[in-house]
Amino acid sequence: MENVKQKSSREALLHIIKRQEMGKRQATALRFGALLLALIAGGVFILCMGHSPFGVYRTMVSGAFRSKMAVQATVRNMIPLLLTSLSVTLAFKMRFWNIGAEGQMIMGAVFASYFGLFHSDWPHAVLIPVMLLAGIVGGGLFGLIPALFKTKFGTNETLFTLMLNYIALYLVVYLEDRPWRDPSSPGYAKFAIFGNNAKLSKVFGVQSGWIIALVMLVAVAVYMKYTKHGYEISVVGESEATARYAGMNVKKIVLRTMFLSGAVSGIAGMVQASGTTGTLSQGIANGVGFTAIIVAWLGRLNPVSIFIITFLFAVMEKGSSVVRSTFNLSEAFASVLQGIILFFVLGCEFFIRYRIVARKRGGKTEQ
Amino acid sequence: MSMIIKFIVASIASGTPILFGTLGEICHEKVGHLNLGVEGIMSIGAVAGFMVGYRTDSFVLALIAAFIGGALASLLYALLTVTFMANQNVTGLTLTIFGVGLANFIGYYALQHSENGTLKLPENITAQMRNVSIPGLSNIPVLGELLFSYTPFVYIGIITALLLGYYYKRTKTGLNVRAIGENPAAADAAGIKVTKCKYLNICLGGGICGIGGAYTIMIINKGVWISDCVGGLGWIAVALVIFATWSPVKAILGSFVFGALRQIRYYMPNSIGISTAIYDMLPYAITLLVLVVTSVRMVREKSQPAACGTNYFREDR
Repeated sequence: MENVKQKSSREALLHIIKRQEMGKRQATALRFGALLLALIAGGVFILCMGHSPFGVYRTMVSGAFRSKMAVQATVRNMIPLLLTSLSVTLAFKMRFWNIGAEGQMIMGAVFASYFGLFHSDWPHAVLIPVMLLAGIVGGGLFGLIPALFKTKFGTNETLFTLMLNYIALYLVVYLEDRPWRDPSSPGYAKFAIFGNNAKLSKVFGVQSGWIIALVMLVAVAVYMKYTKHGYEISVVGESEATARYAGMNVKKIVLRTMFLSGAVSGIAGMVQASGTTGTLSQGIANGVGFTAIIVAWLGRLNPVSIFIITFLFAVMEKGSSVVRSTFNLSEAFASVLQGIILFFVLGCEFFIRYRIVARKRGGKTEQ
Repeated sequence: MSMIIKFIVASIASGTPILFGTLGEICHEKVGHLNLGVEGIMSIGAVAGFMVGYRTDSFVLALIAAFIGGALASLLYALLTVTFMANQNVTGLTLTIFGVGLANFIGYYALQHSENGTLKLPENITAQMRNVSIPGLSNIPVLGELLFSYTPFVYIGIITALLLGYYYKRTKTGLNVRAIGENPAAADAAGIKVTKCKYLNICLGGGICGIGGAYTIMIINKGVWISDCVGGLGWIAVALVIFATWSPVKAILGSFVFGALRQIRYYMPNSIGISTAIYDMLPYAITLLVLVVTSVRMVREKSQPAACGTNYFREDR
């Protein structure tokens, strides 16, 4: 090896080496630095469009809180994002690349909607728990399928879950078009609105899904940190061989965790259908399952950080719609800004894990 | 008969943007990078191609711009995943959200600043991107229509696919690239410049995706700007990579099949009455089937390059 290299080139000028564990405070400072840089980069972008960056940012934040209704909308945006982010966190901790939160959320909504559409005569106190359970089963089963194939045949789970997203989406389109089509609506196909018994009641003006989301936040945090299952998940994530050597049943752990991961997304689907849209719809997930992956990653799979980031994202989403009306800029600005922030944070993770050292004169690398 | 010919012609045309996306993604995956950002890269290619075409009224310049736009978007991906070793799935998804957002944002901005509230490519360029007609050949009955009645994109796509097939199978560089995708450490030990190779192939792939993006806005939407112009084709392209079992040449046939699935609804008699959703779902369902079958049979030749999804850190060898 050495010989080959010497012939072809001298030692590189810059050298990347792994860092010893970086201090927590320093790492946090670096991440905030990245966030700041991202906001500056976004600001330059706004400046190029001929607007004041400060004005746009201020409108974005104040827009999300300008009225009681705006705050409620911001919170409403948070609910499905928080739930799906928690869902993928469970899988990611196990290094199982579940890109399918979108599809699992849709399936949760489909299962729950069956009861919402056809059994809305049941009493509220029975129907809601049944719908919640249906959402859990629907999402969970949809999470279980790729896990089964992964454990049995080693089928690539990233690609598998990705395909399932679209199968779920077009299943909804099919249901809307044919069997579940609202017969009383003339013209193009749509779902009937749930009966009142099937709708989540409001607490503090926002659908009570926010309570479910908070409960799940605590549950997932405790599950991951303080239970045997949670420990098993992190061991499998670190090294499957270690887990097997320690006598863990890796297959069982993967299947169980993926059911739970799907189930949490399923809850998101149920809550969205029953609380926000009031029925099933094609846009029930609307990309939330994909954004969740970014949120989970930004939050480094830590439930508390995930909560904070979900909040920031929800503010950005809501704020952007105000930016649109005030500055006549597209709502897509939220996506652009989210992208820029994540690019910077992804880049900065590198400097937390590694450092670059320059080659000293004479070709020796500094240690 | 003429119905069948029409169907085949429509299928080939409809599969072409997917073909570009797939070829680009194959370039990414061959060097071991699973890029879920195809949709975003195509969007950036679309907006770059459209805006340059709108200003310059030149089809060639628009294509070059689409290529450069896609390549630049991929460069960002390469910088983050190759040099900064960031998670590939997350980077790719971010690129999708960012790219689609950026295209919509720029398009909206241009729309607001246009004179009559619409954005449409000028006449000259639309004439150039319309179907190529080759004197003599295009007039042959049946064959002329089947082979010589397409937009320039179709020919560019098929030629690109054949060239890529040759590149990965017959050239030394191409074989080196495949070695990186299977085992970067071994490739590095053999003296292959891993980082340089990865950057070049990822940018090349991005550029090809970008041209696919230009197709969506120039042909599918007939040169009129709309939001979300790529409309999920980037994801079908990722699916097609699996369906084509990572082979650029098979991707030609695959894109034809996927194109046919997208078109067949218009040629079915109404009495059969299958919901359109089923047609939309089919490409994904078939892909899933291919994915499962290849993994069950464990055909190494026909599966994803082994190092796909993991980043290569030299000092970790």
